[in-house]
Amino acid sequence: MLTLTQALYDRIVEHARKDHPDEACGVVAGPAGTDRPERFVPMLNAARSPTFYEFDSKDLLKLYRELDDRDEEPVIVYHSHTATEAYPSRTDVTYANEPGAHYVLVSTADTDGLGEFQFRSYRIVEGVITEEEVQVVEAY
Amino acid sequence: MAIEVRIPTILRTYTDGEKAVSGEGTTLSELFADLETRHKGIEERIVDGGKLRRFVNVYLNDEDVRFLDGISTALKDGDNVTILPAVAGGSV
Repeated sequence: MLTLTQALYDRIVEHARKDHPDEACGVVAGPAGTDRPERFVPMLNAARSPTFYEFDSKDLLKLYRELDDRDEEPVIVYHSHTATEAYPSRTDVTYANEPGAHYVLVSTADTDGLGEFQFRSYRIVEGVITEEEVQVVEAY
Repeated sequence: MAIEVRIPTILRTYTDGEKAVSGEGTTLSELFADLETRHKGIEERIVDGGKLRRFVNVYLNDEDVRFLDGISTALKDGDNVTILPAVAGGSV
């Protein structure tokens, strides 16, 4: 199960809405070993695409250095799908390289009337997708 | 000719959990071949058909090697190499 605060939930949704129709992406970092998302880090989608996202390579290095220095982990890796449901695509699974992370998918398909708004979370380990419950709380 | 190589979480199964290992080589290609002799299986996670895999980022002293000479990038003693899988995906 993913537990996150309402404030973090809102920031992820806000980022996805703002970048629509391009895919938005980012992480929420937390202290290593706690599984507690705390620090919201929106990332630039270097692909600037409605169907693909990729963290800019320089930003990626900076992010991982920062996580290392602060003894944090990427607790949540999030991105949006802008015209399809919030379910990991084959591409998402191929490039899912953080077995410890919660992969959050947001669908902004409702913006264009193509579907409903969705916020869902998954574990993606060795190619296997497992959806999990999302619990939104006021504070930890 | 020692090069420090920082290993991402996903590849630490090849390094007994070590975050950084040491290797040798005058180019990245040689370095990865050298790592392979002690960390069997790691090379093919980084290299495919003699090239760097598209969704694996390799940095030499903080510079993405795609903007240098890719897998042929020259190395010297004391260099730092960081390997980071891309964070990428998409709806198709």
